[in-house]
Amino acid sequence: MKAMLALAGQSAWNRRFVLVLVVLSIALSTFLLVGIERIRVDVRDNFATSVSGTDLIVGARTGAVQLMLYAVFHIGNASNNIRWRSVQALAQNRAVAWTIPISLGDSHRGFPVVATSQAYFERFRYGDQTALAFAQGRPFEKVFDAVLGAEVARRLGYKLGDRIVLSHGDGVLSTNDHADKPFTVVGVLQPTGTPVDRSVHIDLEGMEAIHIDWVAGAPLPGLTVPADQVGNYDLTPKNVTAVLVGLKSRAAVFSVQRWISEYDGEPLMAVLPGVALDELWDVVGIGERGLLAVSALVSLVSVAGLVAVIMTGLNERRRELAILRAVGAGPRQVLLLLAAEGVLLTICGVVLGALASIVATALLAGWVQTHFGIALHLRPPSTDEWLLLAGVLAGGSLASLVPGYRAYRLSLADGLSPRI
Amino acid sequence: MDTRSPDIPLLSLRDVTFRWPREQHDLIDIVEFELHPGEAVFVRGPSGCGKSTLLSLLAGVLTARSGQVRLLGQDWRDLSTAQRDRRRADHVGYIFQQFNLLPFLSVIDNVLLPIRFSAQRAAKAREASGAARASAEHLLEQLGLDARLWKRRAFELSVGQQQRVATARALIGSPEFVIADEPTSALDEALRASFMRLLLQARAAAGSALVFVSHDARLAEHFERHVDLPTLNRAGIPQAVAA
Repeated sequence: MKAMLALAGQSAWNRRFVLVLVVLSIALSTFLLVGIERIRVDVRDNFATSVSGTDLIVGARTGAVQLMLYAVFHIGNASNNIRWRSVQALAQNRAVAWTIPISLGDSHRGFPVVATSQAYFERFRYGDQTALAFAQGRPFEKVFDAVLGAEVARRLGYKLGDRIVLSHGDGVLSTNDHADKPFTVVGVLQPTGTPVDRSVHIDLEGMEAIHIDWVAGAPLPGLTVPADQVGNYDLTPKNVTAVLVGLKSRAAVFSVQRWISEYDGEPLMAVLPGVALDELWDVVGIGERGLLAVSALVSLVSVAGLVAVIMTGLNERRRELAILRAVGAGPRQVLLLLAAEGVLLTICGVVLGALASIVATALLAGWVQTHFGIALHLRPPSTDEWLLLAGVLAGGSLASLVPGYRAYRLSLADGLSPRI
Repeated sequence: MDTRSPDIPLLSLRDVTFRWPREQHDLIDIVEFELHPGEAVFVRGPSGCGKSTLLSLLAGVLTARSGQVRLLGQDWRDLSTAQRDRRRADHVGYIFQQFNLLPFLSVIDNVLLPIRFSAQRAAKAREASGAARASAEHLLEQLGLDARLWKRRAFELSVGQQQRVATARALIGSPEFVIADEPTSALDEALRASFMRLLLQARAAAGSALVFVSHDARLAEHFERHVDLPTLNRAGIPQAVAA
C-alpha cells in the first residue's frame, strides 16, 4: 500500500504539467463553491448583525422587506414618510421604551446621510447587542455637526474639524449640493461591519435646516437662508423616513405592531426585523441555491476533467502497469495506483481552493467592505464549508475509481504484454 | 538462492493449455517442459507463436486453462490472485523487450522497485550486500553502468543502458527464476553481444534460472539448452498470424 502510494505520487509528479492544470481546475471550482458559501454566510451575518435590540421597524405602509432594507441598510427608497406627530404618538405609547427616528434621502460623495436623534448613539445596537462607540470625537450637538461612520472617514480621509458638504438625493447633480450649509465633523465611530460604517450621521434638525429653503426637492427661487440664520426657524422635523422602536417588554411586540397598523393618524406598518430578514432570505435563498448549484456543476465539470485526463493518459501507461505487474503488483494495486492518483489530485485541488478562499478573504475584505458594505470575516471553514469540501473530495475520489477500474481491467487483460 | 536439488525442477509444465476468452482454439498446448535451478534456456520462436502468452503463464500473470504450471513445486492455479502476485514478487524477475523502466524513477529506484513489493527479496538483497541500495549498486557495477548515471531518470538513458538497468532490476534479491522477453530486439549487434555477456554473467552470479525468449536464432550460441517453441507448443501458430 505504502509502496503504491509513493509510486502514485512519483508518477503524478512526472506528469505534473498536465496534472497541475487539473489541480487548478479543481482548486478553482472549490474556491468558487467555498467562496460563494462564505459570502452567503457573511452577507447573512452582516444583515443579521446590522440591527439587534430593535423590536420593531416602523415606516409608511410598504413591503416588510422593503421597509427593513431602506430603514436599516439604506437600500432602495421609502414609498412615503411618517409625520413627526405620528413619531411622537408612537414614543408616548406605554409599551415603548425608546424610539430612534431616521430621516434618509441625502448623501455625501456616495455615502448615505442618516439624520437621527441622540437616541441613535445611546440605543442603537448591532451584532451581539453591541452599542456604538466613538473612535474620535463625540455625538452631534449642534445643528451642523456630523458624525462619520468608520468607512466614510477612512475612505475619504476625514478627521475631526473637517467641513463637509451634503448633497440632495444621491448627489449626481452638483446643483443639488447644500454647499451653503456645510457640516463639521465632530465624531468618527468605530468600525461595526454594518451599514453604520458607510453612513454620515447628522441631527434631524440639521436635515431640516439644509432643506429650509428648499421645496419639492429643489431650492426655492429667490429664498436663501444663510447657515447662521437657521436658528431663527423652527427646525422640528415635519417628517421622517422610519423609526426604530425598542419596547419595554418583548411580549408586547404584537400588540404594539397591531396598534401601529391600526393607527388612525396615517397608514403605517411595523415589522419585526427577524421576520423581515426571514422573508428576505426566502426570496434571496432561491438565488443562493442557484449560485450553489452552478458552483456544484462547475465542480462536477472539474471532476469530469480529472477523470478525462487520467483516462486519456491510461493507454500510454499500459507498459508502466505491465512493469508493475511483473514486479509483483496485483490488479487491485494497479486500481489503487490510479485511484490514489485521482484522490491525490483532488486533495491538492481542494486544499488549494480552500486556501485560496481564505487568502482571497484576507486580501479582498477591505475592498468588498468599501464597495459593497459587506464585512467578510477571516475565519476557519464552517461546518457547511467542511461539508462542501468533503463533497468535492468524495466526488473526486469516487470518480477516480473509474480510471482505476479501467486500469484494473486492462492489467488483467494485458498481463505482461500490453497490446498497444 | 534455491537450495533444492537440481534434480527437482524449479519450473515444470505438464499438459498445459491456454486460450483467450471468446477464442475457439488454444494458443498454448505444451505437454511437458522443465527448468532446473540455475539453468539457462533459450526459447526461440517467430512472432505470434505464443511467446508472450507463455511467459505470462510462467510468471503466473495468466493461469492455464488446463494442466499444471508449477514454480518451486507450487501450481499457480492453486493460488489466489494475491498469492500469485506475492509469489511472483518473491521469486520471479522479468526483463521486457523494451520500455522496460518506469520513466519517472531514477536508475537506482527502478532497480529497487521489486524490493518495494517483496520483503523476501529485500532481505536477500540486504544479506548479499549489507543494504538493498548497496546490492542495487553492485548489480549496476557488475552490468557496467557508470555510477554517474545512477541518479538519472530512466528516460535519460540509451536503450542499451536501459536494458542493463532492467537486468539489474530483474536480478536484485536473487530471484530463483528470471524471464527475459526479447531484451535484445532494440539493440544493435555490438551492443547485443556485450549485453548478452553481462546478462549471463550477472545471472550466474545471482544463481537464477533463466528463460530467454527471442526470435533471433543467432543468440542461441550463448546457451547450452535450446527450445524451439513451435515444436514445444502443439497449438502451433494461428492461421491468421501465419498468413
